[in-house]
Amino acid sequence: MNVRQLVIKEILHRKLNFALSLTAVIIATASLVCSVMLLRLYDIKTTEILHTKEAELKQRMDKLKDDTRKSMLKLGFNLVILPEDQNLSDWYSDDYSTKYMPESYADKLAASDIIYIRHILPSLQQKITWPERKRTIILVGTRGEVPNEHLSPKKPMEQAVPDGTIVLGHELHTSLGIKVSDSIKLMGKTFKVKNCYTERGSKDDITAWISLKDAQTLLEKEGLINAILALKCLCTDDILPVIRKEVAEILPGTQVIERGSKAVARAEARIQVGAEAKLTLEKEKEGREVIGKERRRMVSVLIPVILFACALWVAFMGYINVRSRCEEIGILRAVGVSSKTIFMLFTYKHIFIGITGGLAGIVISGILTFAFTSSAPAVQKALLASFPAVKLGLMSVIGAALLTIAAGWIPSMIASGQDPAEVLREE
Amino acid sequence: MIKLNNIIRSFNGPKGKVAALNDVSMNLSSGELLAVKGPSGCGKSTLLLTAAGMLKPDSGEVLYDGKDNPYNYSPDKRSVLRSGLIGFVFQQFHLIPYLTVKENILVPALSMPDENNSTRAEELISKFGLEHRSDHLPGQLSTGEKQRTALARALFNRPKVIMADEPTGNLDDENADTVMDHLKSYVDDGGAVLLVTHSARAAKFATRTLNMKSGLIVS
Repeated sequence: MNVRQLVIKEILHRKLNFALSLTAVIIATASLVCSVMLLRLYDIKTTEILHTKEAELKQRMDKLKDDTRKSMLKLGFNLVILPEDQNLSDWYSDDYSTKYMPESYADKLAASDIIYIRHILPSLQQKITWPERKRTIILVGTRGEVPNEHLSPKKPMEQAVPDGTIVLGHELHTSLGIKVSDSIKLMGKTFKVKNCYTERGSKDDITAWISLKDAQTLLEKEGLINAILALKCLCTDDILPVIRKEVAEILPGTQVIERGSKAVARAEARIQVGAEAKLTLEKEKEGREVIGKERRRMVSVLIPVILFACALWVAFMGYINVRSRCEEIGILRAVGVSSKTIFMLFTYKHIFIGITGGLAGIVISGILTFAFTSSAPAVQKALLASFPAVKLGLMSVIGAALLTIAAGWIPSMIASGQDPAEVLREE
Repeated sequence: MIKLNNIIRSFNGPKGKVAALNDVSMNLSSGELLAVKGPSGCGKSTLLLTAAGMLKPDSGEVLYDGKDNPYNYSPDKRSVLRSGLIGFVFQQFHLIPYLTVKENILVPALSMPDENNSTRAEELISKFGLEHRSDHLPGQLSTGEKQRTALARALFNRPKVIMADEPTGNLDDENADTVMDHLKSYVDDGGAVLLVTHSARAAKFATRTLNMKSGLIVS
């Protein structure tokens, strides 16, 4: 027979004392392991929620961006490049520029590496009186969009008007009874009607489009244009100053005007919504971070309290055990068992309580966690993948054993220091 | 074998110090069964524990084999010294309740593991007629069997001396005689027994008797 066998037999004899100590260790270990698991679970769920929200935000932003792009295409050009000396008061009242710039500016702009401007359309526009029909119209000469050389081609927003042809706005062709393929005279030159637009509800309804070359001839402005229309990219906010700076470098002597439009408002709204959504997401992140910190803080307070209570309980049970075994200790000492062996007798018992309690605590924690996460297999899988089970298990068992050794130290010392004569003399 | 010279040992009582042993001297030799008799509280058990190296005297000297004073050693060293020299038998048996008869007999082997221990225990079980009780717990034994188990445990390490404190106090005459027969047999084989008793029947087995009264050996 050896000390370990004696310990096992004593445990089996005093089951209640052992069970009460074991329960304390199980509770302490399970609390510790469950806390770690729950904190990890919270992190995993946080990551999952944030990923979902980020994906939703991205989807929403993409949709808004797409909507805006479509709106922009429907609502037309939102940038106008005018000669620098054009008085803007006149331009706003007349709706066309009375100053001119070289037609080559459009090509120069398209050949540049500017990225915030698409759909470059040179035009020569003037309000005139149609002499043959005695009507005030807006004559627009255009040669079609000049493609950006360094960007992927886009479908043009405005088609070119071939030489000798004319396109009429709704008010003009309906009030004058003109149809497609009719031949009409404008400022002495005969044009074939290529297209008659439907009603747009804008000045386009009193506009006539001819080729730029024809317009330059009729208006005696060879090689000149008075505006370049373009579409500003709405990929980021507040880029107008950047565009102005870049255009000024590429096309000296010009100015850039942004036309207010529903599309711009919508783009701004999109940016605003995006910013708010991002802010909400950030707040969500911060909120969850705060909750996570709070939980960690609570665990860091609660766990030592539980461990301390467990240690106190184990020490108390150890003391009761020593008290109830006075006679046994006395006789062991009388027959020559050393105080060191008596100490080990109690310490082995505490180690056994620590190890079995630690293992049972881990198993119970595992079962609880599985039960808790059974409705979310993905979370369960992620938890298992990220969980250092072996390391934590080993640390918990060793920790529990150390805790019980420490807790049982004083009772073990009392036992080993007990005077056998005191016990035997009381007989 | 064990010699006590001028031992004084007192305890704190409610009315001050009480002398349990008052200048007691005695000698215990091999082949001797020394009975110490006296009324309760006369100091018999104190004398036994002091002689056994378990209760340090206030003054005086205890000598084993005429040279070793156990109280010159640390408690653990004294314990080792005791385990090879002295066996104990008590009135209350002091068997460990969760160990079987055989395991109780093996308790002194905790400090000295040996492959022959089990054989030695079986020899003692046979000697004390406990074969059929070998695997029983103390709670399942009669008082006579309990005391025989305690006696077997005391003899496990082949001690030179048995300290017996009222070993027949809880036994009927038949069992008491059996125990005393065993102690007598042990003495006949060269051992020594210090028997503390107030039983005249047990004292009859003694080779010598000391009478104590109020901490003094009176005859």
